[in-house]
Amino acid sequence: MIHTESLARTFKVGKETIEAVRGIDLDVAEGELVAFLGPNGAGKSTTLRMLTSLLPPTSGSASVAGIDVVAKPAEVRRRIGYIGQKDGAGHNYRVWDELLMQGRFYGMSKAAAAESGEELLRTLDLEALRMRKVSSLSGGQKRRLDIALGLIHAPGLLFLDEPSTGMDPQNRANLWEHIMRIREQRGTTIVLTTHYLDEADAMAERVVIIDQGTIIADDTAETLKAKQAGDRLTVVVRPADAAAARTLLGTEGSELAERPDDDGTALSVRVDAASHAMPGVLARLRDAGIDVVAAAARRPTLDDVFLNLTGRSLREGES
Amino acid sequence: MAVLTLPAPARATAVTDVGHVWWRETLTILRDPFSLIFSLLQPLVFLGLFGPLLSGLAGDGSLFGGSSLQWFLPGVVVMITMFGTSMTGSTLQFEIMTGAFERILATPLSRSALMIGRALKELTPLVVQAAIITLVAIPFGFVLYPLHVLVGLLILGIFGVGVGALSYALAIAARKTEWIFWAVQQSLLFPLLILSGMMLPLETGPGWMQVVSKFNPLTYIVDAERILFAGSFGDVKILWGLVAALVTAAVGLWVGIRSIRRAGL
Repeated sequence: MIHTESLARTFKVGKETIEAVRGIDLDVAEGELVAFLGPNGAGKSTTLRMLTSLLPPTSGSASVAGIDVVAKPAEVRRRIGYIGQKDGAGHNYRVWDELLMQGRFYGMSKAAAAESGEELLRTLDLEALRMRKVSSLSGGQKRRLDIALGLIHAPGLLFLDEPSTGMDPQNRANLWEHIMRIREQRGTTIVLTTHYLDEADAMAERVVIIDQGTIIADDTAETLKAKQAGDRLTVVVRPADAAAARTLLGTEGSELAERPDDDGTALSVRVDAASHAMPGVLARLRDAGIDVVAAAARRPTLDDVFLNLTGRSLREGES
Repeated sequence: MAVLTLPAPARATAVTDVGHVWWRETLTILRDPFSLIFSLLQPLVFLGLFGPLLSGLAGDGSLFGGSSLQWFLPGVVVMITMFGTSMTGSTLQFEIMTGAFERILATPLSRSALMIGRALKELTPLVVQAAIITLVAIPFGFVLYPLHVLVGLLILGIFGVGVGALSYALAIAARKTEWIFWAVQQSLLFPLLILSGMMLPLETGPGWMQVVSKFNPLTYIVDAERILFAGSFGDVKILWGLVAALVTAAVGLWVGIRSIRRAGL
């Protein structure tokens, strides 16, 4: 569905040349749900804009839906849906007018556009807003209308740029429910960008982590977390026991880390299936005469993966 | 690696693209017809307040080669065309800001259709405006030559598409600082209008003004419109007006398409 080779894009700002995307090789198969995850300015949106033919690449190549984006941009646009970061619907227009016209822009007949529009209004809970002016809609309603606009021509491939930025958790959940339902009905291939860790984690089947214009990891969220971060087991012990606990934990797992805690010293170690390993580790600590004050088993997050790969936290850049 | 090629729905031609863009824009007028009423009043005000002054100025009418109304009315029609089409970019600027422009760019619509459709929307009320001021002027001695006026409006339409496309390009160029659009639009509009002899005849002006006006495409449009509105087809100036309109449209569309491609927004 998507195939890129060394796709790159630079921007000139004054005399400076900024390498926004530095050679991306990517393949996306039909039916996949892929999230580009990375901090703001990582090159996610620039990559998306090249794939949707909105921005010509500086070098490299990309074919989307089987069509070369540089040679035939209009042919690419016919076959995809694109939902940008901002409001897609014109503020001075009515909901239904915008939907119908969007269908016409894609070459649909009036009847076909109306039929598809009706179905999307129902699916996206927009029926009551049909004759409303777009500027009078709430943020969540506008976003759902954007989704409807992006899907009016039933594209086989849908691009979403930061689909839920600025939405409250309830609206985000609601939006995702709609997107997932449509995907189930139509088998749409979806590529989205996000800087929300939990969103990529929960929704995407495949997470492509992009940082400073390159892909630094590409796998399922589960595999990434297992390979790049792994479960961690943390115990808090009194300062007097710290040395003995350190030695023992060193044999239980790897990547031993230590930080001071109100109750003494917190020691954490990477182990497989931490919640299952915990009872045994606690028993062995007690047998060694070490008094455990507190204990926790933690599944890794994609932030741990990013931290492990780059030494930086994704959350720092989050606004 | 073999990549699946998705089938695409049948696509319309560039002409239907223009029609779709034009219709979307026109919907804003249809859904809010009050905006049209004010734009209809404006040329009447000009005609009603400016016309009598010119009549007084002309005295025996020799300056205008006949009725001053016959001379001035085509000028007003050109003026409202310039006002309307040069603002094509202002609604675009709003849509660039809110995001609708990007959504439309991501559709397969041809780039020239985006500009032509928008310019035609600005020209749509013009036809109504022209009809109204013409009808109002008839009792005051204006003689209507329908076929000639139609040809005149056609030339104006072509010219208006060019001005609209240039305005479109200006909106993209000024997308990060809104006031620049208005500053440039205003500071070009009035010199162009005055130096075309639209409001007052340039024959009485200083020599340099007459020289500068020769480089103003609008001059040739105004000349052609005056001849057409006076009911004549037999003047080579009409051809020059058509050439000026075609050149403006070609340059406008070329600049506009380039600015869309290079914007990257």
